[in-house]
Amino acid sequence: MKLSVCTRKGLFVVERAGDWRIASRHFIGQPVTAALVDPTGSTWLAALRLGHFGVKLWRSVDGGAHWEEVAAPAYGPRPDDASDDPHPWNVDQIWALDGVHPRAPGRVWAGTIPGGLFRSDDLGASWSLNQPLWHEPRRRLWFGGGYDHPGIHSICVSPADPDDIVVGVSCGGSWRTRDAGASWVVATGMQASYMPPERQDDPAIQDPHRIVRCAGAPHVLWSQHHNGIFRSDDGGSLWRRISGAQPSDFGFAVAVHPGDPERAWFVPLASDQQRVPVDARVTVSTTGDGGRSWRSAGAGLPAADAYHLVYRHGLAISGDGRWLAMASMTGSLWMSDDGGSRWTLFSADLPSVYAVGFIA
Amino acid sequence: MVRLEFAPAIQRLSERVPRAPLDVDAGTLGAALDAVFAAAPSLRGYLLDDQGGVRKHVAVFVNGTLMLDRRNLQRRVAAGDRIFVAQALSGG
Repeated sequence: MKLSVCTRKGLFVVERAGDWRIASRHFIGQPVTAALVDPTGSTWLAALRLGHFGVKLWRSVDGGAHWEEVAAPAYGPRPDDASDDPHPWNVDQIWALDGVHPRAPGRVWAGTIPGGLFRSDDLGASWSLNQPLWHEPRRRLWFGGGYDHPGIHSICVSPADPDDIVVGVSCGGSWRTRDAGASWVVATGMQASYMPPERQDDPAIQDPHRIVRCAGAPHVLWSQHHNGIFRSDDGGSLWRRISGAQPSDFGFAVAVHPGDPERAWFVPLASDQQRVPVDARVTVSTTGDGGRSWRSAGAGLPAADAYHLVYRHGLAISGDGRWLAMASMTGSLWMSDDGGSRWTLFSADLPSVYAVGFIA
Repeated sequence: MVRLEFAPAIQRLSERVPRAPLDVDAGTLGAALDAVFAAAPSLRGYLLDDQGGVRKHVAVFVNGTLMLDRRNLQRRVAAGDRIFVAQALSGG
């Protein structure tokens, strides 16, 4: 069992061999915003966001032993008739890499800030912008949340059908394609209290902080939204609010059990206005019955004066559902092997962690 | 000829970036850079953004003056001009 840990100062591979340990380090000193490993473990992609020189993509075909730079997703020249587009035609960050599916070999998706979705059919060697979503008129309604421009942070490909995909946009809602990106429909049901009353139900300005899909029940998706927790039971067309999470339903991260769509985990923060753990105590909220009941667990997590923020991609569950990993923007990484009841600190000395992901 | 020089932080981006000042025959800043990109293709994406402008944190000097209009690669250069490309100071 391995874990990829993307941080502000490099990519770390944490491996379990008896105990967990850092097995390898890559791109030390460079911000690594996203990584993807294909199911065989051989092909790796790592997205870098160099402060001076822009977004770069590196690929390894030998499990991370050697890396080569490959073409990064990029926009073509901005046409004159797009001069009123409120968002730049420059890739600022790769925020999500996802999509390897046994029935679509070679296909990978990259979600970016400022909102472009890019597709590769050769495992990341070359990329093309998904034109239908980029030219969808309501894309211009999207706006940045935390960043200057909107971004696609979640790409949920259905295990049942590689052409059925849900993407999450901050702030631009939840969009679904059922034809591999040829056409897109925005999902309804989310609500945004940060908007004027007449816009709160507008599906194209919602801020789902993160969306995840249950691998074993692909019609079920969960979202940690800016205004609470939502769930879809129809593959990501309609969302409904799930209430009752304690001590808060504000946060960024969410994970769903790969085999049980009723089990989901969230990392609560005090509020939109105070993005720190409630009472400065790190906890994880979990439901085992689809959101009808909740419990809060924190054994092994910092219980006082702890100001960790677990960002969108800072919580992950292993493919067998046994392990949870959670990491913070202040460089702590914790593991749990009992469904999140008890946690063990792996390190408090990592760089700021952007994303964690299990590798089979 | 126009003289092009790259700071060490730029040289390390590709082994094909000239280590010593390079004289090229070019009438514009863009043409001068293109002469280097022809030999070091990967350098283009490091210095220029998706729309072909100079990246925000890359600094281009012409005769010691910082180029402020990052999109103006059509800027004329004349024989004897010196172009210096560096990494801007930023970040943490």
